[in-house]
Amino acid sequence: MPPSAPDPARLLVVDDNQINRMMLTRSLEQEGHLVETAENGKEGLEKFRTGAFDLMLLDIEMPVMNGFEVLEACLNDFDLRQIPIIMTSAMEELDAVVKCVELGAEDYLTKPVNPILLRARVNASLEKKRLRDEQRKLFRTFATKEVAEELLREGFSLGGQMVTASVMVTDIRSFTTIAESQSPSDSIELLNQYFSMMFDAITHNGGIVNQIVGDGVLAVFGAPIFYEDHRERAVKAGLQMLEQLKIFNENQLAQNKTAIRIGIGITSGKMVAGYTGTQNRAIYTCIGDTVNLADRIQEYTKEALRPLLIDEDTRKGLPAEYQLEDLGKIVFKGKNQAVNVFAVMR
Amino acid sequence: MPILNLDTFNNLKQSAGAEFVHELMGAFFNDFAEQIEHMQTALAANDAESFRRAAHSIKSNALTFGAEDLAALARELESMGREKNFEAGNRLDVLKEAFESVKTRLNQLR
Repeated sequence: MPPSAPDPARLLVVDDNQINRMMLTRSLEQEGHLVETAENGKEGLEKFRTGAFDLMLLDIEMPVMNGFEVLEACLNDFDLRQIPIIMTSAMEELDAVVKCVELGAEDYLTKPVNPILLRARVNASLEKKRLRDEQRKLFRTFATKEVAEELLREGFSLGGQMVTASVMVTDIRSFTTIAESQSPSDSIELLNQYFSMMFDAITHNGGIVNQIVGDGVLAVFGAPIFYEDHRERAVKAGLQMLEQLKIFNENQLAQNKTAIRIGIGITSGKMVAGYTGTQNRAIYTCIGDTVNLADRIQEYTKEALRPLLIDEDTRKGLPAEYQLEDLGKIVFKGKNQAVNVFAVMR
Repeated sequence: MPILNLDTFNNLKQSAGAEFVHELMGAFFNDFAEQIEHMQTALAANDAESFRRAAHSIKSNALTFGAEDLAALARELESMGREKNFEAGNRLDVLKEAFESVKTRLNQLR
């Protein structure tokens, strides 16, 4: 979306000074936004709590409840915390403004407000909010609430980093055949039940689902939030998936429905991780040899006739209680070096 | 310091529109009368905080129009209110005079 034509946003202007309210309202309406006003902090907070706003412009110096108190109340509220607040202040109040920005105000403007600066700051704040909302939606779908909130707290400065993490690739065996043997709605229902089981095992162990392609899932453990034990977490998730799948299949067979088999490949090592996409849609992705190898190893489960395979690096992170079978060194297509592969039995 | 900084005023007119600025001037004139009343009441009641707040409001409005002289006076009164200096009362007439000059100038520019 070009910056000159942003979506109309719902803005709340809180200022005890009528001239300031008129000025701000005028400038913002000229930008095509929908503006409501409040004359003091208390009234402002009450209106803001209705949840009908995308952004608040908040004066500091006000009777009844000042801007500082309103800001604190908003930052302590889980839902209100997500909505940007721009402080408006007189030049002399810069100390107070700095304190507000440190506390968590999105930005500030000095009065009398310059309309060009006003437009720039409001649009930048709205854009940042839009992006955060997108991320939040995505995170809520693909990670636990805790992971999502931690990511949001830490910000999005994670783009394009070399990280050490574990990657898991899963795939349903001959899903195409399964899909052809039953109705489309049955196939979708099967997939949905399957995904909810898999996601549960992944997020429960601190992993993040990065991608779903068809019936395949790519998940990462240890990035963007680092866990020392990311290798074990990934393997634990894999074992839980297989266990849940066993119960699921028993149920399926009891109802005369199709049982499914899956392959899981887990590798660990360095990879490039970061947010990719556009301002309207960004996802956290991992790329590199480690990721490719996970896919190859997953494919190899068909030949090995073992559902859960890991590489040497992952094995090194596992405590002794895991029962492994050394499948020896395998040369994968497109790889120069042979890779030692292990099957995780339990 | 000029009664009215014409650059500020013209910028305001250009960005907000002449008609709107006219409306804004009306609000400014009415508000000033109200704030002066607040200041007088506050002085009588030794209420430094209300006095300071009214002065702050006048300063803010004066700056919007580029009335720098008036803003400086109001800023001075705001400081006096903050310091609970009740001799500020003697300055109210000066403030009113400065406002009348601004009002005359603004009316000329309508």
